[in-house]
Amino acid sequence: MTAAAGTPALRTQARYLAWRSVIRTIRQPIVIVPPLVFPLFLLAINASGLSAATNIPDFPTSSYLAFALAFPFMQGSIFATNTAGTNIAEDIGNGFFNRLALTPMSGPSLLVGQLTGVLLIGTLQAAAFLAAGLAAGASLESGVLGALVLFALSLSIAAAFGAIGLFAGLRTGSSEAVQGLFPLMFILLFLSSASLPRDLISSDWFRTVATINPVSYLIEGLRSLIIMGWDAEALALGFGVAAAIFVVALWAATRALRDRLVRT
Amino acid sequence: MEASNGIRAEGLVRQFKNVRAVDGIDLEVRPGEIYGFLGPNGAGKSTTVHMLTTLLPPTEGTATVGGYDILSDGAAVRDVIGVALQDAALDQLLTGREHMKLQGGLHGLSPEEIADGGDALLERVGLSEAADRRVGTYSGGMKRRLDLALALIHSPRLLFLDEPTTGLDVQSRAALWDEVSGLAHRDGVTVFLTTQYLEEADALADRVGIIHQGKLVAEGTPAALKAQIGRPTLEAVPADPSQVERLEAVLSRFGDPLPVTNGSAAVRLSDGTEELADVVRGLDGEGVKVADLQVHAPTLDDVFLAKTGRSLEGAREEADTGEHPTEQVESPA
Repeated sequence: MTAAAGTPALRTQARYLAWRSVIRTIRQPIVIVPPLVFPLFLLAINASGLSAATNIPDFPTSSYLAFALAFPFMQGSIFATNTAGTNIAEDIGNGFFNRLALTPMSGPSLLVGQLTGVLLIGTLQAAAFLAAGLAAGASLESGVLGALVLFALSLSIAAAFGAIGLFAGLRTGSSEAVQGLFPLMFILLFLSSASLPRDLISSDWFRTVATINPVSYLIEGLRSLIIMGWDAEALALGFGVAAAIFVVALWAATRALRDRLVRT
Repeated sequence: MEASNGIRAEGLVRQFKNVRAVDGIDLEVRPGEIYGFLGPNGAGKSTTVHMLTTLLPPTEGTATVGGYDILSDGAAVRDVIGVALQDAALDQLLTGREHMKLQGGLHGLSPEEIADGGDALLERVGLSEAADRRVGTYSGGMKRRLDLALALIHSPRLLFLDEPTTGLDVQSRAALWDEVSGLAHRDGVTVFLTTQYLEEADALADRVGIIHQGKLVAEGTPAALKAQIGRPTLEAVPADPSQVERLEAVLSRFGDPLPVTNGSAAVRLSDGTEELADVVRGLDGEGVKVADLQVHAPTLDDVFLAKTGRSLEGAREEADTGEHPTEQVESPA
């Protein structure tokens, strides 16, 4: 047998759990491919079908492709909810969670580790969406530095939605329940300013809903980097809303983990 | 804190809503022994293991494991125990070696310790060649062996095995018995093993605790428990099958008749083997010739029957068919 063990540092635990999360992600094409392909597919449909929207007076850009490019970033992040939540729910369902609970693993290291796989997919998505958009003719008004900020905001949003997934997975222990969130997330996405700027939405109720819908501010933050250049207010709101969702969801996930991890 | 490899439980209770899964268990497991916790499905075995391994807080009572209190010192308990739960919970997407890396890393072992110790353990359980295959391709026996190796990666002083051989073939079961026996008797690891197999408890355990409907109904070495029952069984086969009723009549003078099949007769002897000579004289006197005569020592199933009023086999079938609720280990969340 091996030498006696001790309790490893939090970052060491998180590193091992993150490593597992990445390995699992890489070995499941079903986790990687749909979040890459479906958003691009919808982008192609939107960009070709709604291009006439650029003729609306005061539309902020002449390229609907550039306008719509933020949509796949946001849609991809919604997949993060599903991925993170399903993984943890499966661990609970098949008993692997108990295996982890019997080690000195701490709760925060589990949450960080689980989110790492989500961030890996988020990085791949951001690179693929940006490359596809640029290849199709869109340009990035904020330049190379803007691309880095776009990545940062995109990953912040993925982390926020991943934390929602962790909460749902830990609270319910059911991957089916987590997947049930998916349509709700899409409704939030479509009731936002994803398709039109808020001030150009003619329907009062829709404009009101889009205004109170936090997803609008996430999309507008992403979009500002693509079509406007540097818009401090849009970026502050984008990062701020992402951070707020992340903090609230992580707090809820931590509480759910504490209830789930009833070890003495 | 007392440094001990033993386990001591006092008044351990676990209530799930209306079900009292464990109902006031007191037990003591001595350092370095194999303690067999025997009972049918739903008896409370796994719930007891979950409490002793800190996964589930008891509703009442307490216990010390390895000298540490399960309620106030859970982290210390987890440091000194290795656990293989009822279902070998493994990640189908990871290889055997990757499982060792994850488990060792979370226990704070260095990469060198994980590599050396992990390889040695994989070899010991016969998984060296399969170490780099994903666990999803493993057979049930291979998963059980990997589960055991994972439970040992951090050199625990106590090992909890929850029905480790359920579903295994005879060969895999024997190999696992050898390994567990060696761990206890060669390496001094205390083993708490739950099982619903009489022969497993009999062959492997130094002492056995019999649990029935959440209560410990008997405890002792297999030999001592069987000695409590005391009375052996005598089974005879008549040379002439038409004499089976006369054979039964003679044997019934010496004990309680037992149900048998295939043309033989059997009794539980009232006064033990000392009566054998009288039995032979009685058969001779009645002109009953026998083709075979065997004396069976009491089994743990006889002990279970004496303590609970039913055989373990029967209780297991009832649990399997749902006549009694199958044990559930629930999270209160």
